[in-house]
Amino acid sequence: MIPSSQKTVFIDGSLLVTESLVRAGADVFIGYPITPANLLYLYSSRRFPTFIAAPDEITTLQLMSGYSAAGRIPVTATSFPGYALMLESINMAYMMELPMVVILVQRLGPATGTATGGAQGDLALLNGTISGGLTLPVVSISGPHDGWVLAAKAVEMAVQMRTPVILLTSKEEMMTMFSFDLNALEEIKPVTRKYFKGGDSYKPYLPDENLVPAFVPLTDKNHQVRLTASTHDTCGILQNTAKEALENSVRLHKKIIKNSSGYSFYDLEEEKGAGTLIVSWGITALAAKEAAGRIRKEGKKVSLLITKTLLPVPDVYYNIMARYKKVIIAEENLTGQYRQILFGSKSPDNITGVNKFGKMISPEEIMEKFEEIYYAPNACRQAGDKFSQIVPSA
Amino acid sequence: MKESSVFLTSSPLPFCSGCGHTLVAENTGKALNKSGFSPLDVILVTDIGCHGIIDKSFNTHTVHGLHGRSVALASGISAGLNNPEKKVIVFIGDGGVSIGMQHILDAAHNNYNMTVVVHNNMLYGMTGGQPSELTPMGFKTPTLPQGVDHPNHDICKLAVTAGANYVRRITGIGDYSEFFAEAFMHPGFSLLEVLENCPSYAQKANPGIKIKNIAAESGYEEKLFASGDRKIYKTRINTGTKSLIDESKCIAPAYSSQLEKPVRIMLSGSAGEGVQNAAEFFAKAAIKSGLHATKKGSYPVTVGVGFSSAEIIISPEEIFFSGFPVPDILIITSQDGLDYARGSLSSMKPEGRVFIDNSIIPPALWNSRSANSTGPASSSTITSHDFRGRAGRKNAALYSLAYYLNIAKFFPPEAFLETLTESRLGEKINFKGMFTF
Ligand SMILES: Cc1ncc(C[n+]2csc(CCOP(=O)(O)OP(=O)(O)O)c2C)c(N)n1
Ligand code: SF4
Repeated sequence: MIPSSQKTVFIDGSLLVTESLVRAGADVFIGYPITPANLLYLYSSRRFPTFIAAPDEITTLQLMSGYSAAGRIPVTATSFPGYALMLESINMAYMMELPMVVILVQRLGPATGTATGGAQGDLALLNGTISGGLTLPVVSISGPHDGWVLAAKAVEMAVQMRTPVILLTSKEEMMTMFSFDLNALEEIKPVTRKYFKGGDSYKPYLPDENLVPAFVPLTDKNHQVRLTASTHDTCGILQNTAKEALENSVRLHKKIIKNSSGYSFYDLEEEKGAGTLIVSWGITALAAKEAAGRIRKEGKKVSLLITKTLLPVPDVYYNIMARYKKVIIAEENLTGQYRQILFGSKSPDNITGVNKFGKMISPEEIMEKFEEIYYAPNACRQAGDKFSQIVPSA
Repeated sequence: MKESSVFLTSSPLPFCSGCGHTLVAENTGKALNKSGFSPLDVILVTDIGCHGIIDKSFNTHTVHGLHGRSVALASGISAGLNNPEKKVIVFIGDGGVSIGMQHILDAAHNNYNMTVVVHNNMLYGMTGGQPSELTPMGFKTPTLPQGVDHPNHDICKLAVTAGANYVRRITGIGDYSEFFAEAFMHPGFSLLEVLENCPSYAQKANPGIKIKNIAAESGYEEKLFASGDRKIYKTRINTGTKSLIDESKCIAPAYSSQLEKPVRIMLSGSAGEGVQNAAEFFAKAAIKSGLHATKKGSYPVTVGVGFSSAEIIISPEEIFFSGFPVPDILIITSQDGLDYARGSLSSMKPEGRVFIDNSIIPPALWNSRSANSTGPASSSTITSHDFRGRAGRKNAALYSLAYYLNIAKFFPPEAFLETLTESRLGEKINFKGMFTF
């Protein structure tokens, strides 16, 4: 029962995300309508200081880049069809190191698929978004409270790392209404921006100790800004494959890796003596949470890891998984996209997936898998013997 | 025409000898000198193509983006700067115009404060001389030796139609900085198209060509197309928008419920019959009774026709999984609703309950398990009731939930009645009358 001390509202995830973004300092929403991102568009049109209805998703990303270069913090929300159009422009913004947040509300594909069908099918695309194998930060929402916390974190990450950040969610999370206690919402402070404070000589791509170059907006009258999407040196001059220029491109990746360790978001419920770990993300993580609760009620032991920072993969996930004999990774796509990102196209024998296409994974389906491997110890290895290959060396 | 400019470096420009792009850069530098801008008030946005590699030669802010997207990027910069004292200039080729034409029309249409300089050398220089949408009929390129067989787009005319404030076409010979300065000083969206020669590809494919002749033959008129004063784009910034959270109404628990486990209720009816509203009010009434609740809707993309279905979960405990594999309760208020809910109906468990409007069941679908001894194939008990007749088409959904609540008593029906009476519909509809069963 809801205690009377609660401040309960009946709202949807889009509302929490929109409010959080604005409070965190995002100040311009640029969007092109697409289900299931339309509530984000609607709320943003009311709440953001500046709201722009773009004529398509390529323009959306280009306008965002322009606003970002001028010192604003832009956000958009889309789904696979729109994201596909944004791909080249996201690479551009990544090369130019322009902060922005792209909310990807997953729906059922391929192609136009089913606009109102939920899915978790775009993670492989996100993993390959930046050409060349460079990493793009992806943070995923599992539940209402995450929408509040992680939307604000996405803004912070974008600004601190000077990069586009993907906030990954899905139809079910952005469109379903739920009872929610407003007391659970922590205060959000606007992100503080750092600007170049040096003397006369500004090099637009000269990194600081965190590998992030100091930001100068295009409004500046004292320092020349050169932004470019082509391979460039620290001055922002096109250099093809000159050493300094290639190093600069590689730095973009290293920058994300280095700074992401401060943004490893996950929930871990470890139960002493449990041999099985359920891993999940996004909407399925909520089914996993329920499944774990019910398994425990039945008197069996199980641990649960809800991964929220999906990319770059935090090392700690491997360390946690290595503590278990069996790992179940549940996600709503055909082939287990996160499992493949973590373990390649052939998972070790003790890693198994619960996957589904076109319908939500239920707690029962996760419980079934748990039961199946719980009573089949021979099918699984001892903890550690496979993992020795996958745990990153210190 | 080489002349020193604070805007342009003195080192040689990066183009082939005789390339028209050199003159565009020099005329730009000279025109900026004339216009009185200081270098860091100018933002030069360049497209991909030979013309685009000029950025390093300018002492302004420079932004070098993607092929065809420079105008959209510059639109964002212009709107982001939101300052008429700044000068945003785009360099783009006829290739960029072809792939990104919509951005030009859009920028002209919005009248962003910027000048687009189209370097029209009538082919793609950087990729080896392929034809573009601006290549005139008959013009040959290395990849099209027989010549283009259809007329070109006229970007000047298109920009005028889209609403550009200033449009001019120039033959790119000698000093044309006067025209550039005029465009740079003109508020709002301006476009300059410069007809050029690409000695490396155009010259070889069309021996002896003269730009002037090509222009005359292809109807590329050299003139001022527009000089207007339409209102320029201004970015709206409203820092006083209201918090979405503060606007959401809190629901205080005023009733209580004995419900022990979650219940999944599916309400399936027709669009325009208040299904979604009814479900939302029901969920709020559950919250008023101390329960947790979720609600989602399904309806066709054409929201005003066909089925409308809502899925409600009410639960004494926090709800994590909001999926709906099988409803516990299914209420069907119309034929559309039945058609949509057939899958759910057949998946229901024996302990489930189905309520169905008695006007809509085709007898062929009835089976022996229903309370009235006939009903659609389902292992749940089926009861039919006259929802539509009792409450009318518009209120059948609401009434059906009230009716069922009165039987099941998941929470007090008064909580539902109060939620409805307090709602925006409370003044219009006599809900009390509806709560007599
Ligand atoms: C999306 C995309 N498609 C294709 C290209 C390859 N490309 C580079 S430059 C160019 C054409 C350039 O021609 P134009 O815009 O007329 O400029 P010019 O080289 O003649 O100055 C093309 C097609 C690209 N960079 N991006
Ligand atoms: S290839 Fe043509 S367009 Fe490119 S620089 Fe040379 S002459 Fe100019």
